[in-house]
Amino acid sequence: MTDKCTGCAESQEKARKLQEIIEGYKDTRGALIQVLHEAQELYGYLPLEVQREIAKQMDIPLAEVYGVVSFYTQFSINPKGEYKINVCMGTACYVKGANEILDKFRTRLSIDVGECTDDRKFSLDACRCIGACGLAPVVTINDEVYGKLQPDDVDDILDKYEAK
Amino acid sequence: MNKVNITIDGIKLYVPENYTILEAAKEVNITIPTLCFLKDVNEVGCCRMCIVEVKGAKALQAACVHPVREGMEVYTHTPKVMEARKVNLELILSNHNSMCQTCTRSWMDCELQSLANKLSVENVRFEGEQKKQPLDIGVSIVRDPNKCILCRRCVSACKNIQTVGVIDAVNRGFDTKIAAPFDLALSDTPCVNCGQCINYCPVGALHEKSDIDKVWEAIYDPTKHVLVQTAPAVRVALGEDFEMPIGSPVTGKMVTALRMLGFDKVFDTDTGADLTIMEEGAELIDRIRGGGKLPLITSCSPGWIKFCEHNFPDMLDNLSSCKSPHQMFGAVLKTYYAQKEGIDPKDIVTVSIMPCTAKKFEAARPEMNVDGNPDVDVVLTTRELGKMIYDVGIDFPDLGDSDFDDPFGNASGAGVIFGTTGGVMEAALRTVADILNDSSADNFEYEEVRGLEGIKVATIEIADLKVRAAVAHGLGNARKLMEAIRAGEEFHFVEIMACPGGCINGGGQPLQLSDVRNWIDIREERAKGLYKEDRNTYIRKSHNNPSVKKLYKEFLGMAGGKKSHELLHTHYHKRSNYDD
Repeated sequence: MTDKCTGCAESQEKARKLQEIIEGYKDTRGALIQVLHEAQELYGYLPLEVQREIAKQMDIPLAEVYGVVSFYTQFSINPKGEYKINVCMGTACYVKGANEILDKFRTRLSIDVGECTDDRKFSLDACRCIGACGLAPVVTINDEVYGKLQPDDVDDILDKYEAK
Repeated sequence: MNKVNITIDGIKLYVPENYTILEAAKEVNITIPTLCFLKDVNEVGCCRMCIVEVKGAKALQAACVHPVREGMEVYTHTPKVMEARKVNLELILSNHNSMCQTCTRSWMDCELQSLANKLSVENVRFEGEQKKQPLDIGVSIVRDPNKCILCRRCVSACKNIQTVGVIDAVNRGFDTKIAAPFDLALSDTPCVNCGQCINYCPVGALHEKSDIDKVWEAIYDPTKHVLVQTAPAVRVALGEDFEMPIGSPVTGKMVTALRMLGFDKVFDTDTGADLTIMEEGAELIDRIRGGGKLPLITSCSPGWIKFCEHNFPDMLDNLSSCKSPHQMFGAVLKTYYAQKEGIDPKDIVTVSIMPCTAKKFEAARPEMNVDGNPDVDVVLTTRELGKMIYDVGIDFPDLGDSDFDDPFGNASGAGVIFGTTGGVMEAALRTVADILNDSSADNFEYEEVRGLEGIKVATIEIADLKVRAAVAHGLGNARKLMEAIRAGEEFHFVEIMACPGGCINGGGQPLQLSDVRNWIDIREERAKGLYKEDRNTYIRKSHNNPSVKKLYKEFLGMAGGKKSHELLHTHYHKRSNYDD
């Protein structure tokens, strides 16, 4: 496993846990998605190295593994930030201008949807309806919910987190 | 097999119960249009071109995968069927890059284009988004995602037939595309350049990296002496680019055409094949007698070699150290021939016409050279040669026959059958048997290694030896065989070719539409052509080829000797899989 801290104890520990996850599903047919979920929980995302290991151990072509990962929005190939920003793109939020909110986050953080800032502080995602349509347009940051947003609110929110 | 009664468009028929509607319809001379379907390769029913009405069924059904059943009533051309097919096709066309004039597929039949004609699509009623995605241009293969219709035939060929699996459908919905993981270039994956994906692509989304321009440049450079050699499988397929029957031997016409194109000399790669047999035969005898690494595994197929380097790096010592025939011949042309003719090797340009896309990668391998001069300068596929002939307006089917040039002349029949699965094995056995028996055998057709079975195993008695031989074609079969060998199954000699059927079905051969491939085994037809050529050849064993004998006498010394090792042998190295 090549990681930023190759050889360091944390990386080895994760690699060992990944082995355990895969071992647990050795004889289960169609277990790829389950393995990917648990691997993502472990690493926070699914980089090439993790997918390659899963492909190798489960004897599934990496292209197929990547095909599955790229199909489901729950899976990410990019790391997530300390603060995970999710902009709801459900119908109600969308008509209430969620796009403009999303754009504001994009420009302010200089990252695109699915990406993470270099300091790993913020990651930005667009998600499906979270069921808070009465608060549209709505954004969640980790477990905090922000409703009835205007694009200008974005600066204040981010300032708050940056100060943390 | 139980049979069932069904009716198709009112015609009653009695067909085996394992038939699909598509197969049943063919029995009564109805060809239902297909696009994603390719028998035994891709049977997923995703393009919805073959939809038909089945009485009692709620929705239209995909004929390519829908099994027949007793009492079934099928209608193949009701207005509902015809309109649905048309709408589906228009939707595919709506975001297809339809610059057909400049498409590589335009001079061959494009399946999408012929379907549009067949369904009389006169205008596309929908306007889709045209994406502009970058091309993936490798040494051997070019992928143009803008032409792709997402039929997944290439995915299946790569994953299921070849067990290489470097491309798949990624993303979802409108963003779906066929790509390598993490959008890597194919050259950064364990792709082996076999080009089977190209053979199965219905459109122009996959093709070889064209090197035609390099050849024209050399031909029209007065300082260059341009030599061309042609692989055995080319001669039974090239005619197909000019609407000749599948598997027609066109050797003589091909030589004439190559001269007309302006090559200085036209040689036969079969001479290289004969040379390979001399070297590989000596290597086999040496390893059996001297207790060397067994089994000896053939090394003529560059797709197979790269596959082995990625997947069986622990078994690279089993590979024959012989270069492939065209590389050997290239090395001979730049040394022996250059000396004999008094030409500076730097002024010689060697061009190989190959049924293969992986040969382009092979020729570019840094170890394939003599004193810094590449053995082979340019590799063209059979299709590219067809294109050159087509471009300059040579009426290929009407050409007369010519012979290959001296000093190498015509090669042996053993060299000819190199182009089909089992051919290298048979050619080697012909020579090894004569050497070990110290006589000339009259019976030298080894039927047990011929044919299209995925893995062929035989025990052949030669002198005091029982030679255990195995032949695999298609990399899925190769993988199975290699795993058996790794697990301890013992053989002396193993032949592996990357492409199903061998070089005759190589990734550089003329394209045959699914409409043909679904009903005729083109490998069988082309192999017949090669065996016919072999039977019509006066010399049928490699060691009897007079120009090869002369080459050893005047230049190389003995097979497996020092000079041979310098020029005709190579080495292999482990390759990573996604930088692991």
